[in-house]
Amino acid sequence: MNTEVIQDIAQAEEGTSLWQDAWVRLRKNHLAVLGLVVLLFMIVIALLTPWIAPYAYDAQNLDLGATPPSAAHWLGTDVFGRDLLTQIMYGGRISLAVGFIATSVALLIGVSWGAIAGYVGGRTDAIMMRLVDILYALPFMIFIVLLMVVFGRNVILLFLAIGAVEWLTMARIMRGQMQSLRQQEFVEAAVSLGLPPATIIRRHLVPNALGPIIVYTTLTIPSVMLLEAFLSFLGLGIQPPQTSWGLLISYGAETMEEYPWLLIYPGLTLTITLFSLNFLGDGLRDALDVRGSKD
Amino acid sequence: MGRFLASRLLQAIPVILAVITVTFFLVRVAPGGPFDSEKAVIPEVKAALEAQYRLDQPLFSQYLAYLGDLAQGDFGPSFKYPGRSVNELIGAGLPVTAELGLYALLIATLIGGLAGVIASLRPNTPQDYVPMALAMIGICMPTFLLGPLLVLVFGIELEWLPVSGWGDIPGDKILPSITLGAAYAAYIARLSRAGMLEVLSQDYIRTARAKGLPEWQVVVKHGLRGGLLPVVAFLGPAFAGLLAGSFVVETIFQIPGLGRFYVQAAFNRDYTMILGTTVFLSTLIVLFNLLSDVLAASLNPRLRHQYQTGGMP
Amino acid sequence: MALLEVRDLGVSFVTRNGVNKAVDGISFDVEAGKITAIIGESGSGKSVACYSMLGLVPMPPGRIDGGSAHFDGQDLLQMSEAELRKIRGRDIAMIFQDPMTCLNPFMRIGEQMIEPLVLHRGTSKAEAMERAIELLGEVGIREPASTINCYPHEFSGGMRQRVMIAMALINEPRLLIADEPTTALDVTIQAQILQLIAELQKSRDIGVIFISHDLAVVADIADQIAVMQEGRIVERGDREAIFSHAEHPYTQKLLSAIPSGGKENAQAHDDTLVRVRNLKTWFHSGEETVKAVDDVSFEIRRGEILGMVGESGSGKSTIGRSLLRLVPVTGGEVEFDGVDVTALEGTALKDMRRRMQMIFQDPFASLNPRMTVFDTLAEPLLLHGIETRKSVSQAVLKLMDDVGLMRSAVRKYPHEFSGGQRQRIAIGRALATRPEFVVADEPVSALDVTIQAQILDLMEALGREYGLTMLFVSHDLAVVKHLADRIVVLYQGRIVEQGTGDSLFANPQEPYTQRLLGAIPGRHLL
Repeated sequence: MNTEVIQDIAQAEEGTSLWQDAWVRLRKNHLAVLGLVVLLFMIVIALLTPWIAPYAYDAQNLDLGATPPSAAHWLGTDVFGRDLLTQIMYGGRISLAVGFIATSVALLIGVSWGAIAGYVGGRTDAIMMRLVDILYALPFMIFIVLLMVVFGRNVILLFLAIGAVEWLTMARIMRGQMQSLRQQEFVEAAVSLGLPPATIIRRHLVPNALGPIIVYTTLTIPSVMLLEAFLSFLGLGIQPPQTSWGLLISYGAETMEEYPWLLIYPGLTLTITLFSLNFLGDGLRDALDVRGSKD
Repeated sequence: MGRFLASRLLQAIPVILAVITVTFFLVRVAPGGPFDSEKAVIPEVKAALEAQYRLDQPLFSQYLAYLGDLAQGDFGPSFKYPGRSVNELIGAGLPVTAELGLYALLIATLIGGLAGVIASLRPNTPQDYVPMALAMIGICMPTFLLGPLLVLVFGIELEWLPVSGWGDIPGDKILPSITLGAAYAAYIARLSRAGMLEVLSQDYIRTARAKGLPEWQVVVKHGLRGGLLPVVAFLGPAFAGLLAGSFVVETIFQIPGLGRFYVQAAFNRDYTMILGTTVFLSTLIVLFNLLSDVLAASLNPRLRHQYQTGGMP
Repeated sequence: MALLEVRDLGVSFVTRNGVNKAVDGISFDVEAGKITAIIGESGSGKSVACYSMLGLVPMPPGRIDGGSAHFDGQDLLQMSEAELRKIRGRDIAMIFQDPMTCLNPFMRIGEQMIEPLVLHRGTSKAEAMERAIELLGEVGIREPASTINCYPHEFSGGMRQRVMIAMALINEPRLLIADEPTTALDVTIQAQILQLIAELQKSRDIGVIFISHDLAVVADIADQIAVMQEGRIVERGDREAIFSHAEHPYTQKLLSAIPSGGKENAQAHDDTLVRVRNLKTWFHSGEETVKAVDDVSFEIRRGEILGMVGESGSGKSTIGRSLLRLVPVTGGEVEFDGVDVTALEGTALKDMRRRMQMIFQDPFASLNPRMTVFDTLAEPLLLHGIETRKSVSQAVLKLMDDVGLMRSAVRKYPHEFSGGQRQRIAIGRALATRPEFVVADEPVSALDVTIQAQILDLMEALGREYGLTMLFVSHDLAVVKHLADRIVVLYQGRIVEQGTGDSLFANPQEPYTQRLLGAIPGRHLL
């Protein structure tokens, strides 16, 4: 390569990709940035909990009993004298894990399912999406309750069950993306260049379908966490000795007349986390200019 | 339209059948028989009990018999409370849950819809931010947290409203209805805002303005119908969500409705009860989904046209 | 006194990035009984000017900077919103570009049509309906008494525009603002609508503002023409004056951008490069079979540009895609350089793809928005082993030079370019593999007229330089005649006539060709 070309390329103005554009827009959205920061904070805390929690998870102090927030116990203690902050930190590990893992399950199944249906098209697509339609009509909330009753409260099962519900929407979104992208002229251009299908999917389809997937994933996590908390509240989700925010709220609600802090702090933590995720999701939706995805 | 309705009903039948089948076998393969826990049951008594509940027959004939009972509207007896049937419990709980659900749905659609429409009229002004901020709180504040908090504030601290019951003391229906409806009001507010924004940017809205129509007529006559279509389509899923929400709300407020019975049955492992209520609630949800689809389609002349000519969307 | 006198009208948009003057002190008159055309390319401010007078520009971000617009002696710009509402739809009515989206899809057309009448005159619904039925008949809707109960989606585009016109006229307005009313329509339909507007305007003696991007469209109907560029009126005058001796360079540029004349010397060889025999491409939607292409045969000689003309639904784009195996072919043969393309698979197909390329219609959709110009242009070069990783940079820059793009833009993304520049990138991609044959599918129809001319010139030059054989697909006969050696006319999936441009224009045999030729806007200019 001659030097002139090297210079021309090196001197060429750097373009701004759509991702960079989106990032600039996202950074201008203060609520979304705040959401991202809070979320990252929560994740770091959850990861470090075993080392930084102020008390041991199972440390009881029956003599102490339930006390309001104090210097020794920043968020107070429960009836067994357990430190509420410690409980919330350990509960957060479970709640966040459920949110992220179940969403990943949904993402994995939904995106592959939708991508295949949308790319292959025709009869395969019709059959695959028909199945999604039928599953969609099933009352899954009730089914999850049923599953938890029948097979006992099992965290793995909870991941799978929630993931199995949420993948349906993911599949629909991905399939819609694939379908509309396939009709775009730049994909036709790629075909007419003679690119192999794998390259077309990797270079031309996936990068362009990513936006809505990212947005919907961000919005799925809070709804999954809500579902987990809902089940735990009913006593059908996480069970002792493990704990989660939903379970803590459930205990707190039982004793809120005497010890309101036991309800308020876990509730606040859950709400703030859900806020962060939703703000981030909304911000991403605006930044990536995704329209028409499920609200 | 009739054809569309008929075809959707036909589609609903296999779904309901699938629900019944899956539920039935799930409950039956669950570890532990229903009478295992009971101590010192004389073998003869156990056999008699099993015969009464057809447990001595092969699984598949149990299934067929259950289907037969269902076809006659018989959801079967309760395992735990001999002499009581699932039908009785549904009969007792349904009116309460239906009333609670109706109030919640009214709150959700009226308040949510209104807030969304108001927000959409002046996007990115306080008129938009305030209702949308409230909606965000509604979405992030789960029912099982909002309920106790409302009880704490309005029931215990302020002592304005009763904290439990249903129809016993005047005003005891207010808190449960708000608790159940709030999240859906929030969803509907966001949906209707997005829908209205979309519609109000359409060319035909400009046409309406060019005719000289006053702004309120532009919004009401030309905007609402298209803008609220997504809300109508959402009513089906909202109904399913409200039912699930009623489990929580009825537990919190100690309301003798279907939801509470269901949760109790789940705890008691009262299998016939779970089976019966699951089948019943699922059928309701499937039918409600169908209803909201049909309603949404009937509001959209283009879809209606497609269905009439036999094509699918 | 003129019906509408606009003086020094200025409109700005205030955004976070500053103030953008959309309309910068324009003045023009509209006489009763006359058609005043405002011509300008996208972004010239022609629509904003008219909308702002009627209070249809949202403020903020819009802002009236000054000026006056006297309608019937009253200044529209000084009126309150309530006063303007009384004028809109009663004295001044509007029709818009896209008849598919301008009617409310949720309301029967009758309900929509009577709204202005009921609103402004308090006419009873029954009476208004009668009037609406009458008007529908007048604008050429068959069986108006029953169609009045139809929804918009039950009409074709042309019919909807007729409904829009009838609705605009229901209050017998004195001024009609028509914003690109025929741009979204097929040529033959466009001719009908133009004629209808002219007739109605004459019989009612109303004033018309006709907004368009296309001088040719108004060549037959406008009395006065104002040419707008970047918010200003650069030239204003009678139709004859504008067309015979335009003074402003921009107007001259617009005039010269109207494709005219035929192609002179055919440089084609004698051997046939593409031979299509009994091509059938059918689509199945549900139980229906759409015969998009139905038994079409033609040949293209090496070095020839074959023009393919037809309206929407004629199957012209599908033929191009069938040749390149972008849609599955139902039957027939496509022979390229002696090889049947429809039977190729694997490496042979890939190799054939290198030799046949396509240029697409929409430069906004035909480039992957997440790839830089470099990636887009390098992809075909690397795929077919034409260049190595080392030498590809130089080849990409050479391509950019060829299609007239600045080298410094090589690392930019598609959204950072204008429509015309994007089309240059797309042309560069198509030529990267050094193909022998290119299908150009409406390559200029999404572009502004002056850009159109540039791209056509570029394609002509590159065609010569690369020795291309081309299938040029377009709805625009004038463009095709300008470029093509021979022309094929398509109608509903079949070829109805073919011949050289001159013979076809001078002596069309088939009624459809005659209709198509008669519909060319401003045909006397050609």
